[in-house]
Amino acid sequence: MNYLWTTPLPGILVTVLAYALCVRLQRRARGHALVNPVAMAIVLLVVLLAVTKLPYPTYFASARLLHFLLGPATVALAIPLARELPRLRRLLWPIGAGLLAGNLAAACSAIFLSKILGASRQVTLSIAPKSVTTPIAMGISEKIGGLPSLTAVLVITTGVIGAVLGPWFLDQLGIDEPTVRGTAMGVSAHGLGTAAIYQESSEAGAYSGLAMGLSGLITALTLPALVAMFGL
Amino acid sequence: MLVGVVVLFAFHFGADWFARRFHLPLSGPVLGMALLTGALALRGRTPDGLARVSNLLLKAMPLFFIPAGVGVMVLSEQFRAAWLPISAALLGSTLLAMATTAIVMKVVAKHLRRSAAKPRR
Repeated sequence: MNYLWTTPLPGILVTVLAYALCVRLQRRARGHALVNPVAMAIVLLVVLLAVTKLPYPTYFASARLLHFLLGPATVALAIPLARELPRLRRLLWPIGAGLLAGNLAAACSAIFLSKILGASRQVTLSIAPKSVTTPIAMGISEKIGGLPSLTAVLVITTGVIGAVLGPWFLDQLGIDEPTVRGTAMGVSAHGLGTAAIYQESSEAGAYSGLAMGLSGLITALTLPALVAMFGL
Repeated sequence: MLVGVVVLFAFHFGADWFARRFHLPLSGPVLGMALLTGALALRGRTPDGLARVSNLLLKAMPLFFIPAGVGVMVLSEQFRAAWLPISAALLGSTLLAMATTAIVMKVVAKHLRRSAAKPRR
């Protein structure tokens, strides 16, 4: 049995099964936004690991191929993005403004909330880049003195929060344009937000991917200065 | 479709190497996304096979986040120690970022539309 877990077979199988099950559950709930297949599948697998006492590194090594596919999938965002390029030119200013404001809001509020709720300096520094995609966030975290591994945890949690609550929240705000929804998701919930909003429409997904990429760049360039301003 | 796979992987690996080699603040996949977008824009149209592979990958993308997500729940001592301020900061900040981006974007767009519609003297 243990030998099997050194191959990609069980990891991929169990992950895909969990996801497929949760997608079906979402369909039963008539596609309700808060019933998120990713979040539920994660919980399901965590329970499974706890019950079977399977060590996480063993599971992850076996499921690694799925994790690796995040790379090519991100590159694949180029296709819907290229489709949007003509329209993009008209929206340059709104997107630019939205990106700057959104990233500033994300970083400042994360730092502020973390500080006043009493988290340590290192934790606060780890939280600051939480709005951008994992590899970039980890790089920034290391640069400003946070813990990259903690940052990775925070980034993914942010992604799940954004993916689960995002579409519903945007509905409440009365935001229905795919371009705006996409950009907002990309800024606040990066990769997972993009993946989630792509299911809604590839157009929104394109803008989300763009926002994710540019947010990474913006935050990488501005966060060190911002952190210094907060006196951290 | 095979060509599509090759293209995606080529851009991914190429960009990854480039980003690492030159210590760019961008990650490989994000840079690859940017470069491929540029390449497609220059080319003018997207090959069918590439479009189909991309759509497949993107439709499946949420699945790919799961292994890392499981790790989040299972690991991280620091998170458990400070989970309340952390969760509150994450929730509040994520929603604020979302709302700010959306609202600023709409306001600027509306402003531009208004000034474009103003009659010129």
